Amino acid sequence: MIYKNNDMKHSILIILLFFTSLADAVEVLSVNVPDTLAERVKACTICHGVEDRHNRDAYYPRIAGKLEGYLFNQLRHFRDGRRYYQPMAILLENMSDQYLLEMAQYFAALDLPYPPPEPITLQPLEENLAEKLVYSGDLKRNIPACSACHGKNLMGTVPFVPGLLGLHSAYLTAQLGGWHSGGLIRGKIANCMADIAKQLTYEEINAVAKWLAAQPASGKPANQLSPEMAQRCASIVSENGEVR
Amino acid sequence: MTQTMIIIAREWKNDFLFLGYMLTLLLAANTGVVNASPENAALSEQRRAQGEYLARVGNCLGCHTAKGGQPFAGGYRLSTSFGTFITPNITPDKETGIGLWSEEDFWKAMHEGKSRDGKLLYPAFPYTEYTKVTREDANLIFAYLQSVPAVSQSNPPHEIRFPYNSRPLLYLWRTLFFKQGIYEPDQSKSDEWNRGAYLVQGLGHCNACHTARNVLGASQEDSTGGGQIMGSSWHAPSLTSRQEAGSMDWAIEEIIELLSSGVSQRAVTSGPMGTVVRQSLQYLSQDDLRAMAIYLKSLPESNALSEVSYPEMPENVRKYLAQGEKLYEKYCQNCHGISGRGAPGIYPALAGNRSVTMTIPTNVIRSVLNGGYPPTTAANPRPYGMPPFQQIIRDEEVAQVVSFIRNAWGNRGSLVSAINVGQSRGSNH
Repeated sequence: MIYKNNDMKHSILIILLFFTSLADAVEVLSVNVPDTLAERVKACTICHGVEDRHNRDAYYPRIAGKLEGYLFNQLRHFRDGRRYYQPMAILLENMSDQYLLEMAQYFAALDLPYPPPEPITLQPLEENLAEKLVYSGDLKRNIPACSACHGKNLMGTVPFVPGLLGLHSAYLTAQLGGWHSGGLIRGKIANCMADIAKQLTYEEINAVAKWLAAQPASGKPANQLSPEMAQRCASIVSENGEVR
Repeated sequence: MTQTMIIIAREWKNDFLFLGYMLTLLLAANTGVVNASPENAALSEQRRAQGEYLARVGNCLGCHTAKGGQPFAGGYRLSTSFGTFITPNITPDKETGIGLWSEEDFWKAMHEGKSRDGKLLYPAFPYTEYTKVTREDANLIFAYLQSVPAVSQSNPPHEIRFPYNSRPLLYLWRTLFFKQGIYEPDQSKSDEWNRGAYLVQGLGHCNACHTARNVLGASQEDSTGGGQIMGSSWHAPSLTSRQEAGSMDWAIEEIIELLSSGVSQRAVTSGPMGTVVRQSLQYLSQDDLRAMAIYLKSLPESNALSEVSYPEMPENVRKYLAQGEKLYEKYCQNCHGISGRGAPGIYPALAGNRSVTMTIPTNVIRSVLNGGYPPTTAANPRPYGMPPFQQIIRDEEVAQVVSFIRNAWGNRGSLVSAINVGQSRGSNH
């Protein structure tokens, strides 16, 4: 009887062991990794997520639906140190052009609804200042209208010029400020945008950033730059550095 | 690498007579080889290709190219505890590069750590390892470097702190720490093993990172015992310790897989090692990878596994870890799994992962802070990545989650504090 009892205990143990190892096996399989690009860009979407972000996350720009050529350029600029933001530089350090292009294509093709514009009320003076720069520029200072390059509807121009709508004012201010002061290296690159932004005052930068963030985003990017602007901004095409 | 090279270039600029003399010599030499036969051309192309391969093994490009800069034109900033070295231009540009160098000059730099004018080079140029390279291999590398496009680029001088900026100090340093000499094969070992040792100790200069350095920056001779990488917050794990990156119990095939593709079933290369895989190791031949693996696997164990019995965790520690566990469930579990086993080859297992449990927690903290992608390689062109969690959680939370994974699923490691996290953040490399 004692013998049998032991035998039974053994059996129970074995059965228990069997189930635990089975549970383990199921668990191992349970990290099921889809073979998709969406899965591969989870490192990106933690910040550039689907949901609209505010407060401390307001800085992360929307990248869904941006032009493929623009995104690809920016990814390479971050990787090669021409546009400096440490988290992006570290993340992209060992990535090939080919893979970055694939990621750019993925985000460019994402068709997600735009969040409502930021609820910002501008003072009439600010609004006038912003609208003048956006649609007319300032010929005296050789500042073209934003719309001359970024499209009449400000949704960008194929293939490299980014849209300016659907972005948070904090991000826009930081970028314009970066171009203006060279604080993000960007302004140190010979580039038409750096030349333009260097001429802007902080008052103008703030007004334009707030105005842009307050506009609803809709429409398609423009097809091509005017010959004049294409010539002035030719460096956008040539600044792409080494191919990996 | 070398301030001397830059200084030389400058001195020459001031010395037109000498420059003119050198150019005349060079032109004379060139006219001598005008009637090169097709066989000679094929031979020189073959030598160039061999040299290109060896330059990959030595990863010359890795240091002699600035981020986003022209290949081999230098200007890369190599920060160390002695100051910042700015790497020189090694393209064949005659004024700013090494276009006026001879094979013999190049050999002196590689083998003796001396510049063209006899000045001593700073060991930031790893001649302490390159001295083991054979004359033939050095000549091949030189032939290749002389064939790359010349780039006219003057790089700024080094920014070395006192007293390390004193060249005479280098004489002393070399007397103490530099042993000149080509690799001598160990007759008791196989040819493969010796080839591996030659590559690891010499051209591959693994020791430049995987060693502890003394206060004068000298590595321990031939030891691959691991240490903090100069000018970087990363810890280069010991290649001779089972608890770090020793491969004594790995299959040869798995070592090869990790070195060539950047990932294996149980490990992922990240940080500076990911860069080495992308720039250098992925291009190595199967034979050379196998030789390196055989040598690495054979390295004697430096600190054998000691049986440590851990005391029962006090209540407050368990509470601390429980907070980390909650964060783990929220942010990590989706990829690394409920029992930390991940998806091998894609998302590394954390259970039993030595990078997680290493005594020095820097690397695991940096992985959580910065995330990252393994290098894109021919064998793994579309790697999966890890998000940079410093963007969404605080240092205290990073400390909690790292402490948890260091003590879950049979792992045991010291607890990590927010101060450790701040220290690990360090430089941008």
